[in-house]
Amino acid sequence: MNQPSLLSRPELARGVRRRSSWKDWELYMMLIPGALFFILFRYFPMWGIIISFQDYNPFGGIWKSEWVGLQHFVALLQYDGFWRIFRNSIVLSMLNLIFFFPMPIIIALMLNEVRKRAFKNTIQSIIYMPHFISWVVVAGITYLLLGTQGGIVNEFVVKAGGEPINFLTSNEWFRTLIVSQSIWKEAGWGTIIFLAALSGVDPQLYEAAVVDGANRWRQIWHITLPAIRSTILIMLILRLGHILDNGFEQIFLMLSATTYEVGDVFETYVYREGLVGGNYSYTTAVGLFKSVIGLIMVVAANRLAKRFGEEGVY
Amino acid sequence: MRQYRLTGDMVFRGINGFLLVLCGTATLFPFLYVLAVSLSPMEQVMRGGLILWPEKFTWDSYSMIFSNSHFMQALWMTISITVVGTITNLALTVLMAYPLSKTRLKGRRIILFLVLFTMLFSGGMIPGYLVMKWLGLLNSFWSVIMPGAISAFNLIILKNFFQGIPEALEESARIDGCSHFGVLLKIVLPLSMPALATFTLFYAVGHWNQFFQSIMYVTNSSLWPIQVILRQMIIEGSTEEYQAAIANESIQVIPMTIKMAAIVVATVPILLVYPFLQKHFAKGVLLGSVKG
Repeated sequence: MNQPSLLSRPELARGVRRRSSWKDWELYMMLIPGALFFILFRYFPMWGIIISFQDYNPFGGIWKSEWVGLQHFVALLQYDGFWRIFRNSIVLSMLNLIFFFPMPIIIALMLNEVRKRAFKNTIQSIIYMPHFISWVVVAGITYLLLGTQGGIVNEFVVKAGGEPINFLTSNEWFRTLIVSQSIWKEAGWGTIIFLAALSGVDPQLYEAAVVDGANRWRQIWHITLPAIRSTILIMLILRLGHILDNGFEQIFLMLSATTYEVGDVFETYVYREGLVGGNYSYTTAVGLFKSVIGLIMVVAANRLAKRFGEEGVY
Repeated sequence: MRQYRLTGDMVFRGINGFLLVLCGTATLFPFLYVLAVSLSPMEQVMRGGLILWPEKFTWDSYSMIFSNSHFMQALWMTISITVVGTITNLALTVLMAYPLSKTRLKGRRIILFLVLFTMLFSGGMIPGYLVMKWLGLLNSFWSVIMPGAISAFNLIILKNFFQGIPEALEESARIDGCSHFGVLLKIVLPLSMPALATFTLFYAVGHWNQFFQSIMYVTNSSLWPIQVILRQMIIEGSTEEYQAAIANESIQVIPMTIKMAAIVVATVPILLVYPFLQKHFAKGVLLGSVKG
């Protein structure tokens, strides 16, 4: 902050200070476009939440719509379909937690054991790539590979003497597909943060362990894992904070009317009932329910992280 | 003696390497398969079986796609959105991050808190849609650019990066009579090139892959980007338009290869910038923490 070498002469310091306080207006001017963005596209929608306490009338707008209090929230909690999306959302998150979450850690540990740099770099380059591919392409490839007409997987199923499997429209396969897609697309990318934590481990620790007669597993258990423990904890807590976020694009693209029972989640429900169906007030209430729980979960998760002696994320 | 000691380690490394190769293969396989089928002649695809190499390189599916005006329109749309969108992103993010990097600025803390808060809570899909409608942005080119014009996360990372630039450099320019904007342009930005390159790539890839906003805000099909068209072709399975064109010509193509070719066209630009992305993303992901 202080620049003693430059501003040690009092008259110079005074001059600069006077000029800069006037010139700071320029800094505020620079803030205007960004501030406008946040007001228009982030805070106006928050203000728009009040329509969940109204019966929104598209012609009258927010000022002329009738107030109905908590009616939509009551309707929400009494509606069976609501508990279906709530359940689906949590089940998908939990499945991701169980099957997806450990993958990047395991792959990072495996990469960490590789001694040949070229090999490690090649594998890294390959497994990071799907992160940059759009969900439309991922869903498209899934449809082409698993479809019942011309899909290569079903071709093999038939060749092996089985009946073609309806991967894309059956309730049994939906969740498996979603979790597998997530793993294919994001597990490699997820290793970055763990590899960064691993790169900070002092190689001398391993040398000392070898001298003490520790084998590979013991080295991993006593040196490598403790080094990434706090990263694992933070990532776990973050995931828990986002337990109701399932990612609109992926699920929207994979969902069909036959799989609503297991795949319909908050985002897809709000899109269908609200945007397509025109039930603006009711679906805003659904969205608010989700946002509030999400906020509580994230703040609680962050508290929890701090209690565990970590820095916290926010 | 020495050989026996090595064996356990070699088995471990062998299995580890093998599993990693397996991961890599599982990642690459879908790409290679799609690419191979898109280039294969119709007879080979009709015969079925696993195609990993075309018998004869056939570009019919691609010429089919590139001669379809809807597809080309969507491709052009995606390119425009990516270019205009990324420039908008960069300009707005830089302009806002710079003043916020000045710790002496009054009101800085409250602004940062308000920015951070948008990462934790949002109005949701419907109010967002209604605001877009109220602003008259529905069905416009800007409807897919404005709602994501600044990423709060990138803004804070860039602000932290700017804070790391020695103040003395900026002060000396200020004393020489340079305006704040001049300092930003002539001193701060040239020093921030690595960070800016990272943001450019990430924003651009985001625009290229963008699908959700087009689905939400755009019903006019002439404004649809390539991702929306891809979904129509593959998931909703509408390739009639292309097949009608096939009937008129002597080219022999089946829907399967057209779909695969469309996927390749939508993915190749990403793969082309991927090496540059890769150079930067580790930095991008780990650049500073999200703290006010």
